[in-house]
Amino acid sequence: MIEIEEYILPGNAACQGCPSTMCLRIVLKALKGKAVLVVPASCTSVYMGAYPNTAIKVPVFNCAFASAAATATGIKAALDFYNEDCEVVVWAGDGGTYDIGLQALSGAAERGENMIYICYNNEMYSNTGIQRSGATPYGAWTNTTVSGKREHRKDISEILLSHNIPYLATASAGYLRDLYKKVKRALKFEGFRYIEILAPCPPGWKFPMNKTVEIGKLAVESGMWILYEAINGRIRLTGISKLIAEGKKKMRDLRDYLKAQGRFANISEEDLAEIERYRNKRWKKLLDSNSKLVD
Amino acid sequence: MYKVLTGNEAAAYAAMNCKVRFVAAYPITPATSVVEMLSRFIDEGRMKAKFVHVESEHSAMAACIGASAGGLRVFTATSSQGLAYMHEMLHWAANARTPVVMTVANRALAPGWNIWADQSDSLSQRDTGWLQFYCGNVQEIYDTIAMAYRIAESKEVMLPAMVCYDGFVLSHVASPVEVPPLNGFIDEYEPQWRISIDNPFTHGNVCSPEYYFSLRKSVHKAHEKALKIIPKIEQEFFECTGRYTTLLYDTYKIEDAKRVIVAMGAIAMEAKIAVDILRKRGEKVGLLRLRSFRPFPVKSLRSILVDKEVCVIDRNLIPGVGGVLHQEITASLKKDVDSLILGVGGADVTAEMIAKNVGRLILEVGR
Repeated sequence: MIEIEEYILPGNAACQGCPSTMCLRIVLKALKGKAVLVVPASCTSVYMGAYPNTAIKVPVFNCAFASAAATATGIKAALDFYNEDCEVVVWAGDGGTYDIGLQALSGAAERGENMIYICYNNEMYSNTGIQRSGATPYGAWTNTTVSGKREHRKDISEILLSHNIPYLATASAGYLRDLYKKVKRALKFEGFRYIEILAPCPPGWKFPMNKTVEIGKLAVESGMWILYEAINGRIRLTGISKLIAEGKKKMRDLRDYLKAQGRFANISEEDLAEIERYRNKRWKKLLDSNSKLVD
Repeated sequence: MYKVLTGNEAAAYAAMNCKVRFVAAYPITPATSVVEMLSRFIDEGRMKAKFVHVESEHSAMAACIGASAGGLRVFTATSSQGLAYMHEMLHWAANARTPVVMTVANRALAPGWNIWADQSDSLSQRDTGWLQFYCGNVQEIYDTIAMAYRIAESKEVMLPAMVCYDGFVLSHVASPVEVPPLNGFIDEYEPQWRISIDNPFTHGNVCSPEYYFSLRKSVHKAHEKALKIIPKIEQEFFECTGRYTTLLYDTYKIEDAKRVIVAMGAIAMEAKIAVDILRKRGEKVGLLRLRSFRPFPVKSLRSILVDKEVCVIDRNLIPGVGGVLHQEITASLKKDVDSLILGVGGADVTAEMIAKNVGRLILEVGR
């Protein structure tokens, strides 16, 4: 049963079809509102509303772009001092996680700070008007990669895994129940926990605003986004990704995913082949990384 | 009771006795031994605080801001490149109204790696909204930190404060220091506000031009209020410790002085000896040693210096401008002020050197 209580109010300033509000709503429900949110510069810092109003019913501390995990470190120390029974949750975009916030993120993970860091990854800088980030996939159009990005995204989850954190999970805006369960699971661990949500963004990815969930599902079905958990470093595929790995479900044609988004409208056959190679390589790497990957 | 302490050690003792509960720091010469000592105090159980070994100065200040917003008394120490790396977060700490106190062991900026005394690191953070106090000896470091917490945390102010002292010249030179307990002067921190799950609010969200303007005005007004409460805090510090330590400025032989030297930091102490040297030669010279650069006691400076010839000594050289302090004093007095730039990048400055330079200016300008 998903919690009934709402912690993010409707009518906020987000775009229609925004995956961030959709996922944050579910995350706060899973946390039963017992969380202090730390938000670096991102769409969330805008859609939460302008002073003196706010759309979020839990305490929120807005912080500088590069500083989320460090700011959260300080807040957590203070909440512990006052014996406050709640989690500190960083809610950051991919720019604030993959790029400018990586140093603080790595530092906090290495120190084992007791927090949940959630990256809602829409694969670009969306709040500043759609620019390339370290999470933007090969071939994707952005305002700073007008003929398509020429590099693959980095795999930040692998970077986080190398920090020996107790819990890591990937999720998608296409599967909100799965996200809910993963946040609940994260609550069972102490220390640094990392969850990354693929967050398809209608204006940035150029698809109709009623298709956010559908695109979130297509990403997983086509193998471009892999759902898994890593508990104390042991990787376990989940959801559709698990079924694909077990051979119970056929991976969808990559074209179904790419063609649904205007940002891939101009890719060539060579680009498509390159994206497919990257997808297959990631799958192989994940499957090889643990013989008991699926249990 | 006296202890023989370096400036950095005195800073660590002050942080402990001020009941700091959170330290986040990153090592940098010549400030490192402050936090090494704090780390030891905490390890030995003499100080009840959490120490976070962050991965950068940017994160050190971010963590301090977070912990301060969470209701803890916080401390960090840095210098030079580290302070420059914090720059964004310095602005953040002021606008967020988090009363962080930080020591800065003044040091030059690279390239041309230079670890020696130079005030351009903290002076180039002049406009961040922080209070800035400059110390002339090791005792003042201890006393200034204690008073800085009281001022920073007072309801009317609620701003972060920097306690600055010359790298190596004060950070690493030992002298006898009185280290009184500060109970009664500074007790367990009772924050004006703090993040709490029981009192949800959103801090620092989007702010319209009207609200932002009023926020900046309130930070500006807080500087004026800080100026007003400093004499009261000096008095309370005296009542608690039996020692009067001036925090705004100190004067020496200015009553009959025709010419007044204005300086900050260790050089200002050297200038005191220079005054005596010049007086022996019959020159009517005095000294105004500025302790509080922010808040800037502009009205007091005007009334003291109105009918004096003024010579400012700067241990910084801002390209295209000259000395920062000279610029500030000139702007406040609205008249011509002589400028001496000495000791940049740690060049040694002696009383004789100051006397010689001031003497030369007197000859140039005429008596």
